[in-house]
Amino acid sequence: MPVTFTVNGTSRTVDVPADMPLLWVLRDVLDLKGSKFGCGIGQCGACTVHLNGSPVRSCQMPAAALQGQKITTIEGLSPDGTHALQKAWEALDVPQCGYCQAGQLMSAAALLAKTPKPTDAQIDSAMNGNLCRCATYTRIREGIHRAAGTFRATTEAGGSR
Amino acid sequence: MALDTVVARREFLRVTGLVGGGLLLGTWLDFGTNGVLEAAEVHDAAGEFMPNAFIRIAPDGAVTIMAKNPEVGQGIKTMLPMLIAEELDVDWESIRIEQAMSDPAKYGTQVAGGSTATPTNWEPLRRAGAAGRQMLVSAAAAAWGVPAAECTTASGVVHHRASNRQMTYGQLSTSAAALTAPDLATVTLKKPGDFKIIGRAIGGVDNHKVVTGQPLFGIDVTVPGMLHATFVKCPVFGGVATSANLDEIKALPGVRNAFIVAAGGTALNGLLSGVAILADTFWAAKSARTTLRVTWNDGATASQSSAAFSAKAKELHAQAPQRSLRAAGDVTAAFASAAKTVEANYEYPFIAHATLEPQNCTAHYKDNTIEIWAPTQNPQSGRVLVAKTLNIAEKDVAIHITRSGGGFGRRLNNDYMVEAAMISKIAGVPVKMLWTREDDIQHDFYRPGGFHKLKGAVDASGRLVAWQNHFVSFSNNGTDFVPSANMDGQEFPTLAVPNHSIGVSTMPLGVPTGFLRAPGSNALAYVMESFIDELAHAARKDPVQFRLDLLASLPAEAPRGTIVASRMKGVLELVAAKSGWGTRRLPKGTGIGVATYFSHRGYFAEVVEASVSKAGVVKVNKVWVAGDVGSQIINPSGAINQVQGSVIDGIGEALLQEITIVGGRTTQSNFNDFPLIRLTQTPQIEVHFRTTEYPPTGMGEPALPPVVPALCNAIFAATGKRIRSLPLSKHDLRWA
Repeated sequence: MPVTFTVNGTSRTVDVPADMPLLWVLRDVLDLKGSKFGCGIGQCGACTVHLNGSPVRSCQMPAAALQGQKITTIEGLSPDGTHALQKAWEALDVPQCGYCQAGQLMSAAALLAKTPKPTDAQIDSAMNGNLCRCATYTRIREGIHRAAGTFRATTEAGGSR
Repeated sequence: MALDTVVARREFLRVTGLVGGGLLLGTWLDFGTNGVLEAAEVHDAAGEFMPNAFIRIAPDGAVTIMAKNPEVGQGIKTMLPMLIAEELDVDWESIRIEQAMSDPAKYGTQVAGGSTATPTNWEPLRRAGAAGRQMLVSAAAAAWGVPAAECTTASGVVHHRASNRQMTYGQLSTSAAALTAPDLATVTLKKPGDFKIIGRAIGGVDNHKVVTGQPLFGIDVTVPGMLHATFVKCPVFGGVATSANLDEIKALPGVRNAFIVAAGGTALNGLLSGVAILADTFWAAKSARTTLRVTWNDGATASQSSAAFSAKAKELHAQAPQRSLRAAGDVTAAFASAAKTVEANYEYPFIAHATLEPQNCTAHYKDNTIEIWAPTQNPQSGRVLVAKTLNIAEKDVAIHITRSGGGFGRRLNNDYMVEAAMISKIAGVPVKMLWTREDDIQHDFYRPGGFHKLKGAVDASGRLVAWQNHFVSFSNNGTDFVPSANMDGQEFPTLAVPNHSIGVSTMPLGVPTGFLRAPGSNALAYVMESFIDELAHAARKDPVQFRLDLLASLPAEAPRGTIVASRMKGVLELVAAKSGWGTRRLPKGTGIGVATYFSHRGYFAEVVEASVSKAGVVKVNKVWVAGDVGSQIINPSGAINQVQGSVIDGIGEALLQEITIVGGRTTQSNFNDFPLIRLTQTPQIEVHFRTTEYPPTGMGEPALPPVVPALCNAIFAATGKRIRSLPLSKHDLRWA
């Protein structure tokens, strides 16, 4: 079925099966590979995108529901990779394998858009649906605080050298 | 310290022998010939200076450094080029880093496994950089007619201070390329005090691409004309597809082809039988699976189950071990005369890797050659497997190493690579094959479960005098353990106990097993360090002091592969000091536990503080880590990432994870029933490194094993309940 929706500010029309999840429309039809496939059942958050500004799991959103919607993916989070979260992620060297980070960033960006100075509890609540198999969680938390301007070290690194 | 230095040298040479294997890097480590440079191109048509396979300097000054090993999140694409850039003496920010293809003749071993990249490359790659620098200096000295010894380098520029002259590496590239490369054994390396890049916290080289969603991973590969494939294997391991409704599948929308793939042999890590479905999109291929009906011949493994393994282990534990791994002294007499004896059975489950990027591979077979794009930790073993299975020459298998969305040992096996290769060969088109999460959880090479029957005894002074273990594991021929199911007879604390007896019995296994981050150690640490804690309490000794006493009882000369007591003592004392061990008062329901472990040449001691609510919910509050991986933390940012990741990973395994086999198949299928640890379960982690005289060793694994027993020991301290099986989620920890 033909569906017209907006991706990262550009109107796109695709002709795909009605049950094809947005994730695969993005990856295999529109060649936007930033959103990642991790589980296919909405458990891992690697496919998180914004639907009209709210975080959604794109693996759970069928094409039939896309008509007229506004979708933002990691590729559209900022024009040149300078969103405060992207800068914080690079400054703190958050990624390990990096596979989950597009989803992490999209969840975190939606949080900061609504809650510019989140508490740890608000971060936990917003981010607990995003799995990181490398377990970069400590730096994810720090990265959000840094982007929000509420950065404080929650880990200590040192050594008796 | 003198002894330590001697051992360090021996350890270093042993590492060399292990991995050299006649490849280029082995030659380097032997300090023998300059075989590498003979093999490398010194001058190419583009006028670039290529002192060896790892460095290219263009006349315009552009410096490219090759990253030889697969990047799976361990930070190696950043760390190995740091070694080269340091000695080449260029600014980190000025260089370009390129992922090498699989080419062992050119780059030596290219494996992400065993935390081996640091010990095996620490010296060779610095020498590669230093050789390039030396040639550039020689070229400049010749141009100026001055002794090379009067020239210095900095930031990609050669200087002759006395005459106030300088030339950039780019300006020197053509003349340097005409020089004969030096013997690598003779090049001068920097003194550690002069390091500008090594020791600096440097972010991952692909971080910007990661945070902007650019294609990097195997799953992101696109090849013109490719079809998307899904591959359905028998749920029972090793089962064979005998027929399927292929015509019905081929008629489905978007589906272009479907066929049965025959097994490539009997090895579980080779090509298994299954049904391939090729379609225009992954979604079309995956959707077709709901219509697919396959008749399987399940095979012999259908009779195996986790429950049967447990029952068999119980039966074997009731008998004497089938064979002895090691014995000394007289355990029977020691138990008879001991002040206190403790007996306990420990067991741990099978667990899966669950790399977040599901297994996938893109392959293009054409005219007896194949080009492959694979997220693999071990491309060369994939090449051998593909060549053998497809009956083509190894030289005709080209492998692009893509970034991997996690490895953890899963991608040391290349089953997905040979599947994509064969599907492309049969279909005659380029193919991107992608597994579902369910495929991944149900067709892993699992960390095998294991069963230990332990008995230990202390004398009246609290000294450990007897240690006995009957390990029940898996073997299909009675002697060779299945992958990762092994234990040797020297597992700590055996060598520190005068009377010991370590035996083993095995049962057959049709379930594939393999290497999971800190293989062997991730399970054995839990067993040994938990039981040591039991014995410390039986001896009425502080668990830290009890371990220090054991370390003091180790033989002065550490046998090969066993721990150097002084290094473990150092990290144990450090973590005790940093965590305030023995000095802090904790509320009821909160406890701290300690454990140490030596693996992958690294020494780690960890203290966990955990709380258990009255309702029995475990919360890990904080973890203190002290590690000794030698003389230099090469990239502190990456190192701390690896320690934090390992610690959280280990906590996740302990809290949550279990794979259950029923009817020869895995019952779990996705993250709903095989959970991964989440952000809210993540504790604070404090990381400390103790630097010692030893050559630097790897960071990807050794911080994981001790956190599991440290957590279980903390739970004992909090609740009085011993955790003798995992995961913790199966235990009733309620108290009031």
